Amino acid sequence: MIHAHFTLSHPNFSLDAEFQAPAVGVTALFGVSGSGKTTLLRCIAGLERAKGSLQVNGEIWQDDQTFLPTHQRPLGYVFQEASLFPHLSVRANLEYGYKRIKPAERKVPLDQVVSWLGLEHLIARGDPAQLSGGERQRVAIGRALLTSPRILLMDEPLSALDSASKQEILPYLEGLHRELAIPVLYVSHAMEEVTRLADHLVLLQQGRVIASGALHETLARLDLPLAAFDDAGTVIEARVAQHDEPYHLTRLDFSGGTLWVGKVDQALGMPVRARVLARDVSIAIHAPQGSSITNILIARITELRDEGVDKVMVKLSLGDCHILLSRITRRSRDHLQLVAGMEVFAQVKSVALM
Amino acid sequence: MPSIEPVDLQSVWLTLKLASVTTLILLGVATPLAWWLAHNRHWYKGIVSAVVALPLVLPPTVLGFYLLLLMGPRGAVGELTQALNLGRLPFTFAGLVIGSVLFSLPFAVQPIQNAFEAIGKRPLEVAATLRAGVWDRFFSVALPLARPGFLTAMILAFAHTVGEFGVVLMLGGSIPGETRVLSVAIYSHVEAMEYGAAHVLAGGMVAFSFLVLLGLYLLGGKAKT
Amino acid sequence: MKLSQSRVLLGALLCGMMVNTVYAGEVNAAVAANFAEPMGQIAKLFQQASGHTVKVSLGSTGKFYSQIQNGAPFDVLVAADDKVPLRLEKEGLAVDGSRFIYALGKLVLWSAQSGYVDDKGHVLRKGDYNKLAIGDPKLASYGTAAKEALEELGLWGAVQSKLVMGENITQTYQFAATGNADLAFIALSQITQNGKVTNGSWWIVPAHLYNPIKQSAVQLSAAKDKAAAQAFLIFLKSDKAKTIIRSFGYELP
Repeated sequence: MIHAHFTLSHPNFSLDAEFQAPAVGVTALFGVSGSGKTTLLRCIAGLERAKGSLQVNGEIWQDDQTFLPTHQRPLGYVFQEASLFPHLSVRANLEYGYKRIKPAERKVPLDQVVSWLGLEHLIARGDPAQLSGGERQRVAIGRALLTSPRILLMDEPLSALDSASKQEILPYLEGLHRELAIPVLYVSHAMEEVTRLADHLVLLQQGRVIASGALHETLARLDLPLAAFDDAGTVIEARVAQHDEPYHLTRLDFSGGTLWVGKVDQALGMPVRARVLARDVSIAIHAPQGSSITNILIARITELRDEGVDKVMVKLSLGDCHILLSRITRRSRDHLQLVAGMEVFAQVKSVALM
Repeated sequence: MPSIEPVDLQSVWLTLKLASVTTLILLGVATPLAWWLAHNRHWYKGIVSAVVALPLVLPPTVLGFYLLLLMGPRGAVGELTQALNLGRLPFTFAGLVIGSVLFSLPFAVQPIQNAFEAIGKRPLEVAATLRAGVWDRFFSVALPLARPGFLTAMILAFAHTVGEFGVVLMLGGSIPGETRVLSVAIYSHVEAMEYGAAHVLAGGMVAFSFLVLLGLYLLGGKAKT
Repeated sequence: MKLSQSRVLLGALLCGMMVNTVYAGEVNAAVAANFAEPMGQIAKLFQQASGHTVKVSLGSTGKFYSQIQNGAPFDVLVAADDKVPLRLEKEGLAVDGSRFIYALGKLVLWSAQSGYVDDKGHVLRKGDYNKLAIGDPKLASYGTAAKEALEELGLWGAVQSKLVMGENITQTYQFAATGNADLAFIALSQITQNGKVTNGSWWIVPAHLYNPIKQSAVQLSAAKDKAAAQAFLIFLKSDKAKTIIRSFGYELP
């Protein structure tokens, strides 16, 4: 477990953030810019000296008596800009932290990181100035991992990159916890990245933690500002169940039903994460006939919440633990007389695979 | 062409010694000072910066005069050195070194401070997250990145000390082999209307300094690529 | 009648202009630093008496020499010795025959501490002082005189290890005034005000121990037709000037 509580007061910003997160998987610190997520991450790293306490896997890194300086905290930190040392070669950059930990503590082998991140030809180029933005960030991630951190902190590692470089890096980030089993705290203001990478979500607003919990639950909470986002929606963890080669489709199964999506290049049984936006889900009270929409799921309304003057957000549960959101008009709600507890048909227009 | 007198050769040697010792001491003094100035945000940083820059304002002979007062038997520094049984500093090589260090301090501090400021906090933070302690960060990141600033500081401190005149004139007492440095020797020749000897020494000093500076710049240029 | 009237008018005008040039002249004087204070008083009196203004530049005689050689706009040089005026005269940079000794410098052994120097100068022989400051004999006429006196006393060899040299006599005075040198050979004029020495202790070095310090003045060739410059040098020889010069501890030839 990671347990953090920090308070900090600057002339025009104050932080009073407390959260707990599991020490496995990816925890996203999410919020608009200025919400304090980077400051919180810097406090965790010891780069910012705030009052408070921090425990990581039972070890006290900071409390009223203790303040471990950054270099004594077994963490990896990936900054927004790669910040490679310009006076060192790519290899020396990678080895900078590696050399500074005891050989017995080097749990992440150099070769493994180099081959996994595809750094061989980058090392061959020598000077960090010769690398592209995405390549530099890959080296920075490798450099951080080579300190065998017990937790990896990432401060919007993609935000300074163009979209091609982002696509280049994302698969590595997804593979991080699978490959290395290192918990990650990931600061981002991009919902796309969060829904793709995170398992756990800590939501920040004006320096306060307003929600913290499993990603799919937190995304589905109608009492949070997330639900008001244009791209509000939920994620569904499913498995590849069937490929329909002639129609180039794949069937995904999850405990609340099935979803047909465009062909997925994954073997049967592989886990995939699907994201369904509230604006792409409509509701019918009778089973739709003759619809072009393939994905029609039986769902139960668990909550309705007015949104502005004309919209209503409807929370739908699928089976035991899966949730969809649907954004409809107030008139539709009244017309269909939708209330909590009703069984309905959720029509899913579009599914994004993460 | 007039030949160089042994007394003048002694001045040449003394000047090189003074400039080298001063430069080395300045590196030791200016580096922590520049680091502190580059990383401090307190209101009193301005006061320290201003004090460091003061030698630029005072005419060298005036600075030398006040050092003479300060290091004299009734000055605060003089009382201290006498209490410590170190004797008095005016008219000694050590006194000249102290005067030169003070006089050239801004020339050493400012390039190094600028270099430290240009590095910013980020590389040091990165190094900290990569397990480097304070001194480790300083030596493995700050120093190499501030190299050009150090080079400039060394060049300026050395050159400025070679060319220094007012302070050593006031503080030195023109003792051959001890405080009679090249600039004072040249000046004396000019004043005594011995222009031939003055020309030889001045020409030699300019040529030598040119070579030293050229060497340092070439070294700096090579190190960059 | 008309014509003669206008002639008179024209004559008066011309006359007025000439009077004007005579009375509103300006003298640029290069003055040895040791003579700064008497010069201030003399220049003031001269201005009151003649209407000419005197612009005084203070400095070392050696520096003035190279400046004059290179066209510095001085009219007269009031030097600390007679070497430079003589040389200027030889090189045609000074007006022949204008050179004269305006004061004889008196050498004094001085200490900032009262009671330190006895009236026989025995303190020099005792040798328990820390430093002895003199003007650089090559640069300062009082330095040359100090060296001669020390040689005459047979002490020149003995004092070598204690010697510090000022580039000029003002600096030599500062070495002793700040207490950094216990003793200094300086000009009596430096410690004399209104005919009296007020601080420290001193020994006036007997005149037979050194060659006279012939502080000389000369009119520079660039100003050979300048009436104000001539007038100023004449005033420097006047009784009024002499009284002032004496009051600062100089002798007169």
